Amino acid sequence: MTTQNKDNNRRNFLKSSATAIATGLVGGSIINSFVSCKDKNKTEGEKMNVLTHDGKLVAIDKSQMANFKPHISDEDVRKGIPGKKFVMVIDLAKCDGCGKCTKACNKMHYLPTNKAWLSVVDMQDSSETAPYYFPKPCMHCDNPPCTKVCPVGATFKREDGIVAIDNTRCVGCRFCMAACPYSVRLFNWLEPEKPNIVETTPAAEHVFQSKKGCVEKCDFCPHMAREGKLPACVTGCPMNAIWFGDANEDAVTCYDGTTTKLSQLLQDGAAYRFMEELGTEPSVYYLPPTNRSYDAKEIKIENAE
Amino acid sequence: MEKIDQEIKNKIQDELLATVGKRYRQETFWVIFLSIICIGGTVAWIFQLKKGLGVTAMRDYVSWGLYISLLFFFVGISLIGALVSCVLRLSGAKWRYPLIRIAEAVTLSAIFFAGFMPVLDMGRPERLYYLITHGRIQSPILWDVMAIATYFFGSVIYFYLPLIPDLATMRDKLTDAPKWRRTLWKWLAMNWTDSLIQRKLLKKGMFILCIVILPVAISVHTISAWLIAFTLRPGWNSTIMGPYFVFGALMAGAAIMILIIAKLRIGYRLEKYLTAVHFNHLGKILLALTAFYLYLNINKYGVPAYKMAKDEKPVLEDLFFGNNSILFWFTQIVGIVIPIIILSIKKLRNTIRWVVTSSILVLLGALINRYLIVVPSMLHPFVPIRHAQPGFATYYPTLTEWTITASSLAGFLLLTILLFKPFPVITIWEVTEELEKQGEKPIGVENILTTQNSAYHAS
Repeated sequence: MTTQNKDNNRRNFLKSSATAIATGLVGGSIINSFVSCKDKNKTEGEKMNVLTHDGKLVAIDKSQMANFKPHISDEDVRKGIPGKKFVMVIDLAKCDGCGKCTKACNKMHYLPTNKAWLSVVDMQDSSETAPYYFPKPCMHCDNPPCTKVCPVGATFKREDGIVAIDNTRCVGCRFCMAACPYSVRLFNWLEPEKPNIVETTPAAEHVFQSKKGCVEKCDFCPHMAREGKLPACVTGCPMNAIWFGDANEDAVTCYDGTTTKLSQLLQDGAAYRFMEELGTEPSVYYLPPTNRSYDAKEIKIENAE
Repeated sequence: MEKIDQEIKNKIQDELLATVGKRYRQETFWVIFLSIICIGGTVAWIFQLKKGLGVTAMRDYVSWGLYISLLFFFVGISLIGALVSCVLRLSGAKWRYPLIRIAEAVTLSAIFFAGFMPVLDMGRPERLYYLITHGRIQSPILWDVMAIATYFFGSVIYFYLPLIPDLATMRDKLTDAPKWRRTLWKWLAMNWTDSLIQRKLLKKGMFILCIVILPVAISVHTISAWLIAFTLRPGWNSTIMGPYFVFGALMAGAAIMILIIAKLRIGYRLEKYLTAVHFNHLGKILLALTAFYLYLNINKYGVPAYKMAKDEKPVLEDLFFGNNSILFWFTQIVGIVIPIIILSIKKLRNTIRWVVTSSILVLLGALINRYLIVVPSMLHPFVPIRHAQPGFATYYPTLTEWTITASSLAGFLLLTILLFKPFPVITIWEVTEELEKQGEKPIGVENILTTQNSAYHAS
């Protein structure tokens, strides 16, 4: 499809939107009606039911449908996805420290191997207690120390619970890094290598967030959430250790697609939040490493460097 | 009230005006030397701007390093203006008069660089104006920007007000100076005729400013302390930070004041005006501040050390016995305890050399202490550092970083010297005025009268 056609599509769409706005039922697609380029994709036969704005159900050929992604404005990105409250539950009993979550995350966000938005830390609380693996994403705190101190509002808390960064705004003062008690924020000390991709959303929801002189961190994959998909770390964890979902729906989902009640999961698993005593109100819950599915003795705690 | 001879007055004016525009060999050497360092620093900064902050040794754990340490140091030194112009004024110390302009010049230069250090530390300095266009008033950085700017402009006014009568003197006396200078002086002196009403207004203005600038000066340093006290980090998460910074700052300010007047009295031949009395008094102030700082240090490190809470432990152990222990014990013993001992001995306090020696120790300790406040806490976060890349879990500043740091210090000294250059470093009118009232309280320069006109006392 040429660009001119695309423009035509849009103009016609705007014109015809009064008569044929399709919402809900088609979810993510709109009618490509009254458009000149009907000759494309001539696979007639399959019909779809579409609800018009005046409440009529119309059967329309699938070839008449165009894939439509709603335009996301800067304001939408700052507000977040309406009605959601994203949470993550990490089951430490299942995590065997394979690091596949980190790899999946790095692949999703085009990060080099020496960076990790989600790092797996070997923890041992005291010399006599058992060591365990501790995947550490951004906690997306409800009382975030990082967004409080940002002088320009480059990092902000959204209504859907996500703490996001707008790297077109960030001045690189690194106050947020000093303020974050979880050490999850990374800084681009040198010019990062840019992947060859085209981003359509505003900066805070970009897949690739590295920019020289700016801060970056785990963003809970809001671009996936907009499409109703799971973040890269969840779909990358073969141990089913990471659950992700919406607290308002009280549902979380893991790698194999199991969806469960969040409240039940937290209650049954005696969930806790990391460093609750700081009062940061994290959105990430941990299930303690009891009855582990791997051998804890194999964990070697390595000190810095 | 006795009037001093016009002859003596003239002589004082001539002596103090002698430094204006005059070139001193040693001074020229320093200006060239410091300028070379500054040029080196500018080159290093351009390199840093091009490549990114990765040319420094700062990494994700130690994300603040020498630059922010130096910010705290400069903000600290800048408090000297408030100490001399306000605290000494309100306490009625007459001996402060010859020191006022020197203190304000140091303040101006220090606060300028205090404003500049964060820019050096920014990842994207070209977005500096976002602080105005997108500024969030909830962020302490905004408070710091406003406090530093207010203090800077307040200090400019405080530098300028006592200068007006001296500018008039320069306008009247230095008639063989280049024309543009005389025009500038005439313009800056704002028709000063030394009338009674003008003096009254000037004194009133200075008094108001003195009251207003004190809270501003304290807020500047308190807010800088809050930059770290507002975080949850071990070692930083403490309520003592505000006063700790303010008194550490006053101490460092008093020390640098002593060093600068020691240099000036020899370099500008001002022995008659900056006398042993001033060193003695400043030495006493330094003693009091250092002793109080020791007390604050015992609170800051001693109290958490007794408890040894889980998160504070690694930071304290690093300071007491770890990699930073040499620096830490140096700041505590050489930078605080030894100066206290030296300054407590009256015989030593009365000799300029020992007061200067202890000031050097105090200043060195204060400089290192700023580093020790910033870096060890960053090296020991809550979440233990694991599998760190090489260079991420340590902090050894790079050559570029050292160059920029050194050139900031050099730039501070250079700007101070350049501020001394166009004006008499000692406020002529205040000194002569106080000499006229001599007998009420000594201001430390009385021997001018005895050495220059022995007949005066006899009469």
